[in-house]
Amino acid sequence: MIPFLEVLLALPFLAAALLALLRPRSRAAAAWVAGAAPLLGLAVLGWLTPSVLQGWIVRGEHAWIPQIGLDFDLRLDGLAWMFAGLVLAIGALVVLYAHYYLSARDSAVRFFSYLLLFMGSMLGVVLAGNLLLLLVFWELTSISSFLLIGFWTHRQDAREGARMALAITGGGGLALLGGVLLIGRIVGSYDLDAVLASGELIRDSALYPWALGLVLAGVFTKSAQFPVHFWLPHAMAAPTPVSAYLHSATMVKAGVFLLARLHPALAGSDLFFYLVSGIGAATLLLGAWFAIFQHDLKGLLAYSTISHLGLITLLFGLSTPMAVVAGVFHILNHATFKASLFMAAGIIDHETGTRDIRRLGNLRRAMPMTSALAVIASLAMAGIPLLNGFLSKEMFFTEALEIRGHAYMRLGIAVAALLYGIFGVAYSLRFVYETFFGKGPRALDREPHEPPRWMKIPVEVLVVLCIAVGVFPAFTVAPVLHAGAGAILGAAMPGYSLAVWHGLNVPLLMSLCGIVGGIALYFGLRRLFDLHAIVRGSLGWNVFRWNMDALYGLANRFTTRIANGSVQRSMLLLVLAALAAGVAPFVDSLGGGALPVLRAPSPMPLLGWFLWLVMVACTAWTIRLYRQRLLALLVVGGIGLMVSMAFVFLSAPDLALTQLLVEMVSLALLLLGLHYLPPRSPPERRPARRYRDIVVAAAAGLGVAVLAYAMMARDPSPDAASVEMLARSLPEAYGRNVVNVILVDFRGFDTFGEITVFGVAALIVHALLRRARMAPEKVMSGGPVKLPVPADLAQLLFPLTLTVSVFLFLRGHNAPGGGFIAGLVLAVPLLIQYVIQGAASVESRFGFDYIRCIGIGLVVAAASGAAAFLFGVPFLTSGHLELELPLVGTLELASAMGFDTGVYLVVFGGAMLILSMLGTIRPSRTTVARLGVIEPGQRSTRTGELG
Amino acid sequence: MELAMASAIGILTAAGVYLLLRARSFDVILGLTLLSYATNLLIFSSGRLVTGKPPVLREGMPAEPAYYTDPLPQALVLTAIVIAFAMTAVIIVLAIRSRADNHSDHVDGSRAEAEFQRREQLRHDEARLAAHAAELVAGNESVPAQGAVASPDREGRA
Repeated sequence: MIPFLEVLLALPFLAAALLALLRPRSRAAAAWVAGAAPLLGLAVLGWLTPSVLQGWIVRGEHAWIPQIGLDFDLRLDGLAWMFAGLVLAIGALVVLYAHYYLSARDSAVRFFSYLLLFMGSMLGVVLAGNLLLLLVFWELTSISSFLLIGFWTHRQDAREGARMALAITGGGGLALLGGVLLIGRIVGSYDLDAVLASGELIRDSALYPWALGLVLAGVFTKSAQFPVHFWLPHAMAAPTPVSAYLHSATMVKAGVFLLARLHPALAGSDLFFYLVSGIGAATLLLGAWFAIFQHDLKGLLAYSTISHLGLITLLFGLSTPMAVVAGVFHILNHATFKASLFMAAGIIDHETGTRDIRRLGNLRRAMPMTSALAVIASLAMAGIPLLNGFLSKEMFFTEALEIRGHAYMRLGIAVAALLYGIFGVAYSLRFVYETFFGKGPRALDREPHEPPRWMKIPVEVLVVLCIAVGVFPAFTVAPVLHAGAGAILGAAMPGYSLAVWHGLNVPLLMSLCGIVGGIALYFGLRRLFDLHAIVRGSLGWNVFRWNMDALYGLANRFTTRIANGSVQRSMLLLVLAALAAGVAPFVDSLGGGALPVLRAPSPMPLLGWFLWLVMVACTAWTIRLYRQRLLALLVVGGIGLMVSMAFVFLSAPDLALTQLLVEMVSLALLLLGLHYLPPRSPPERRPARRYRDIVVAAAAGLGVAVLAYAMMARDPSPDAASVEMLARSLPEAYGRNVVNVILVDFRGFDTFGEITVFGVAALIVHALLRRARMAPEKVMSGGPVKLPVPADLAQLLFPLTLTVSVFLFLRGHNAPGGGFIAGLVLAVPLLIQYVIQGAASVESRFGFDYIRCIGIGLVVAAASGAAAFLFGVPFLTSGHLELELPLVGTLELASAMGFDTGVYLVVFGGAMLILSMLGTIRPSRTTVARLGVIEPGQRSTRTGELG
Repeated sequence: MELAMASAIGILTAAGVYLLLRARSFDVILGLTLLSYATNLLIFSSGRLVTGKPPVLREGMPAEPAYYTDPLPQALVLTAIVIAFAMTAVIIVLAIRSRADNHSDHVDGSRAEAEFQRREQLRHDEARLAAHAAELVAGNESVPAQGAVASPDREGRA
């Protein structure tokens, strides 16, 4: 069984990835790759067509995150099949058109990648068989639409239009998520079949109004319904192929698609009826009326699109079976004639350099073929007989006269239908008459002429379809319509005839009225007003801008209130917040509640008292001395030493070793840093601030001390995680040193994150210092002091410490040691070499590349973790090997050793990179720029050493 | 022993927080160092204070909590120590660059430094004026010292 649907869905994404990766030089190659996806997709779809037309549902089901009900279910029924065909067929035509439309300066690769991304997302929306999955693709269409509207990133209107479209459709997506979650809660499943079968349950639920409102918010924003319709005209800043594809034929139809998709589940209540048809009618009229007054060809088409989307929404709102059929029919018809009109508008823009109706006119002389095509498509848009627009319009009129509901509603819908007919003819007439007939063109930069042959092909194909459907509906569109509407209505599918001539009836009279009225309206308006002088601002756009500005202002004020740029203030707030959070739990339980039983403190040996005394004395001394920085630093080193002694004393040999070594490298680090900082802090003159800080610090210290004591005075939990870790260390991880086993095995993934952070920190230091030139605070006169004896000692010590390091590393799994410690042990003697012999000498001898060392370490760690996949076990699962080596004896090797090697390399490389960078900052060149001058210069990329 | 450890942690925290609230970058870094000692000891002591039972399994002893101290806090603290080193490195480099770029090692940057210098200058001037006044008082008893000296200073401050 070939996974057809998966292939169908993957094709556009694969083609997009292929394009983005290969970046073909030739534009034709890019277009071929882009065109191949929809063409192959159409072939796949064609293969599936017989089964769909028989009423079967093709499925592909995969578990994704079953815990939250999100499954990767694909589902192809008649409606999905119809939409997928629309997306793919118009997609193929748009690719062909765009190949000729894009100028040489535009990146065809980027354009087609985005376009394919959109095509895949849209296919995902129509094929999804799970509401959450549908939502994922829904958001993807918003994002790819954002990328495509803003394709010409250098244009302000494109950027603003893209942002607005994203904000509005993204907001709608959020609402839709809420609605989908509510539906899932009511039904108990996100599976589309289950949801569609639970229409009664959903409508009877108390949550129904909320779910409906949220879903409709998503639908209306996506399909540009009143009052958020204004984003669509601003999205016209996109290249015209995008307008033709996304903003008339497909993406804006995603909203009405969802309305159709969820029709069995949501429709049938009064709320649905009045809300959806009301909004639809309002959008229908507003869009059509405003379309008459647009001067931009694409603007006119955009408002007309809004109006037609309103019509489709209205039809789904009416909810009678015939209205649903008409809605589906109009989706198809609108896609064909509007896409061809957009393409024609794009051709005009391309060949004349303007889309402004006021400067165009009489183009039928210069571009007869294009004019003919555009005129036919416009007539379809106006609903003239023998074209496809007429058929769905007739259906609409029939339905508008036959709806149920309140008398006013019926009258309103009938009037709206008539007005729609009049306005539609009027704006179509304006489009045709002022572009292709009359006087003009005026003030063009170039002589207009017909476009390249192949650029017209997509328009021709679509126009031929308009005519074919309009003349022979039963032979062309009937099966598609039957499949599409049948999937929504199921057994309620009405009998209907798609004939062109139904006899002389009321809808036909309405059509005639519409045509006459439209012509009268257009010429009447022309006579009364100077249509060219009417310039309308967009109210929605202004409100949106105003809201955005207000939001930014609010965010700014909030930010400055919270963080005004003073680190000192932020630190104080941080400490105070921590104190408040610590105190808060006690406020409630003040007075009540008995203290828990504390266990008796363990006796303190003499050594312990000694450590405590030294530590406290050093701390007090630090506070007293902190302004004399060098001294304070040495005293702080004393504290660190006491801490590592405490670790020895309290049965933590690994920690003691680590603390001791880190103490050494930290001291070197801070001494190097002090070289570039003032040796003393200035005195503090404000006693009030100091007393405040003392109070805050004392409170914090007291709080932490009480917390620590309260914790230590309780008995440890008998079922702590560490009990398991102790028990499993040897049998499952083959190590005796449980601390090391936890690091490289039980919590190996954690450690992997930590060494990554370590490596990143080292790289930050490298990046900050690589090109910096800084003057040290004080330069000692004379050359560096020669230290012959320490130098000799260091030479001797180095091989020894190297041995110790390797030894500590190898035994780390079973005795104190391991990658962290061994890496630091290796770094310390090398550091001594740096100090004594100078960086240049050390690096010429050893030639370490610390950055590469970090990288290799990370790769080794990841690879040794991933090696577990080869044995079919999860990441970082331990393996075990016992080796009999000559001389050495039995060597137990756990696979965690590989991971530990990565840790070893990263810790060594990171520590050395940090210290060598700090040690080799280049001096500032001039005395004028003594401080603060950073000059780009060449340093060794390996270590930052001077070249 | 628990009391001693808790008090040590508290004292380290208090000293660390005090230094953290200072205005100069190096002092803040020292404060962070002290705070990280305190935090590491706090996490470590969550495994309780046990002497002579390192968590390295020995032959003939069952792998049970009665015979070994808690290894988990130790593993947490071990990485914390190493990460604290990396963090200190990043901060000190930031401090150095801030010192070079802002011509000041004040944590709030050059504007705070200018404010500090202004206040120092004011203090300096006040002291000089006071000394001058004292001289005048010593030389000529008839000059009313306090009022004459204080008023220009108050204007200067405004």
